[in-house]
Amino acid sequence: MDIFALFDCIISPACLISQAAGGLKIGMLLFLVASGLTLVFGVLGVINFAHGALYMLGAYFSWQVMSVTGHFGLSVILGSLGVGIFGLLFERTLISRIYNAELLVQILLCYSVVLILDDLVMIIWGDEFLSSVGVPKVFQVPPLFIFDAIIPPFHLAIIGMSFIVGIILWFIMTKTRFGRLVRAAAVNPKMLEALGVNINLIRAGVFMLGSFLAGLGGALAASLSSVVSGMGNSILIESFIVTVIGGMGSISGAFLASLIIGMARSFGAVAMPLFTDGLMFLIMVLVLILRPQGLMGNKKQ
Amino acid sequence: MKFLKKDNFHRDAFIGIFVWFFLIIFYHIFPHPGIHDIIQKVFILGLFAMSLNILIGYLGLIAFGHAAFFAAGAYTLGLFLQSNIVTNLGGFSIPMAMILAIMISSALATFIGIICIRLKDIYFSFLTLAFQMLIYSIILALVDITGGDQGLMGGFPKPPFLGIDLGKPFDFYAFTIFISIITIVMLRQLIESPFGYGLRMIRDNSERPASLGFNNQKHKLIAFIIAGSIAGLAGSLQALLDVGAYPEWAFWAKSAEPLFMILLGGMHSFLGPLMGALIFEVLNDFVTANTRYYGLVLGLVILCFVLGLRKGLLDWILIKYYRK
Repeated sequence: MDIFALFDCIISPACLISQAAGGLKIGMLLFLVASGLTLVFGVLGVINFAHGALYMLGAYFSWQVMSVTGHFGLSVILGSLGVGIFGLLFERTLISRIYNAELLVQILLCYSVVLILDDLVMIIWGDEFLSSVGVPKVFQVPPLFIFDAIIPPFHLAIIGMSFIVGIILWFIMTKTRFGRLVRAAAVNPKMLEALGVNINLIRAGVFMLGSFLAGLGGALAASLSSVVSGMGNSILIESFIVTVIGGMGSISGAFLASLIIGMARSFGAVAMPLFTDGLMFLIMVLVLILRPQGLMGNKKQ
Repeated sequence: MKFLKKDNFHRDAFIGIFVWFFLIIFYHIFPHPGIHDIIQKVFILGLFAMSLNILIGYLGLIAFGHAAFFAAGAYTLGLFLQSNIVTNLGGFSIPMAMILAIMISSALATFIGIICIRLKDIYFSFLTLAFQMLIYSIILALVDITGGDQGLMGGFPKPPFLGIDLGKPFDFYAFTIFISIITIVMLRQLIESPFGYGLRMIRDNSERPASLGFNNQKHKLIAFIIAGSIAGLAGSLQALLDVGAYPEWAFWAKSAEPLFMILLGGMHSFLGPLMGALIFEVLNDFVTANTRYYGLVLGLVILCFVLGLRKGLLDWILIKYYRK
């Protein structure tokens, strides 16, 4: 561990700003994916181990749309919508059977879907790395220099976009009728059903929204890095960390935790490059020991 | 706390010795290295899965970080056999290394267990997962000792002891199965002892035993430590088999393997996980010989078990034929 490197970075504006921007980018992309996971858990009570596979599907779908149409915006929108529809089918055919099942059954069902999807994308798209979609033309401009820190404008666009998605999500959950129904379904689904609300519709809608968010994260990631089978595994674990740290089911908690993890990754890479992942797990362990319900979770136990 | 049940010990020990002899005769009747390899792997992975099933089947705790102890056992054995202490110990380095591997993994299980058993349900699962990934990260970070992502470098010697040379395939086969069977017979005693029934009581209703003055946490911790030690033993056997130790053994996907075996074989019958290991290994061998898409086949098989059979194969057989 190199405390001095970290110290040098913090006192230098260039390093501080570029690392902070990097952390923000990682954190915001993570928030997109993790918010879907925490939403699905909060409302449906299902630990969706296949969330990372949905992220991977988003990357493949947008890569496919990009290679056919060559339009970046279209590839992101169609890619993430496609994953949303896939999520709807997945919920209706498989997930809806295990709402009241044991935790082990939920984990194994989702994990079997991960195994199947990882191989299916290899059958369809081949097992080679697909080169990334690339940055859209609008953003192929020289990077910004803020206090000598080099910041690609595309990263800023991703941060801004994730921010907007977060605000839309917050608006849907707190201000709309659908959001109120979803929150009610999380607290007492039976009562909601007795009141004449179609609970299956709510569940399907929530799972579709969660899948859409995972797909959106994957579609954006496809423009930054190459696309490969199994790419969802590391983001799955990171999303779990975010979900646990923020509080399971809490979207605002997921936002806060994504920022923490993004910064930990970015600055951790300066201080202890070999132990960046370990740092995240250390934070997760500490939160679970000191505050098991998460930073912004409700104490249910 | 009583850990022994004397009634069936002789019967179990007799069956164990019989199975061991049978498998040794089997070795000579079918001199096919592929089959021998599968059998010894089934026992190693079976031990791993059975140790996890103490927590899942008998205690109802979904531990998702069990591979941490498997890797701890493997790395301890490997590092000890690589070190200079081997030459000082002469012929007894392998048994010593295995004992040390079990001790280190039980120490690790004690440490992790004390912290984890305070949590319930999904929080317990996540904390075990986090600890396991922390250990994975530590293994990757300590490149000088563990070899980082390349695994333990340069292998290690396997000095013979008591006339057993684990470098020879037959000796390894007989030794691995012998150790596994002893452990399984001992585990059977534990599971059928008052202590074992205490675990089932905690699983079914944790408040009732607590109100009877039963120390739930102590029982959970002891079960966790025993499970961790047996996983460490399985890890040390795996390290002896592969003459190495790899960081993937501490990765979370490795913890999913015994879950599959428990699902395939059955969590409510004692030998279920061992049977699951057999199904898992045979499937692995058969599928990888025929197609590259192992995950696809395994995923579909698991899906059939989860949604179709809804229980492990041995559970299903026992319910169908014996417990009507």
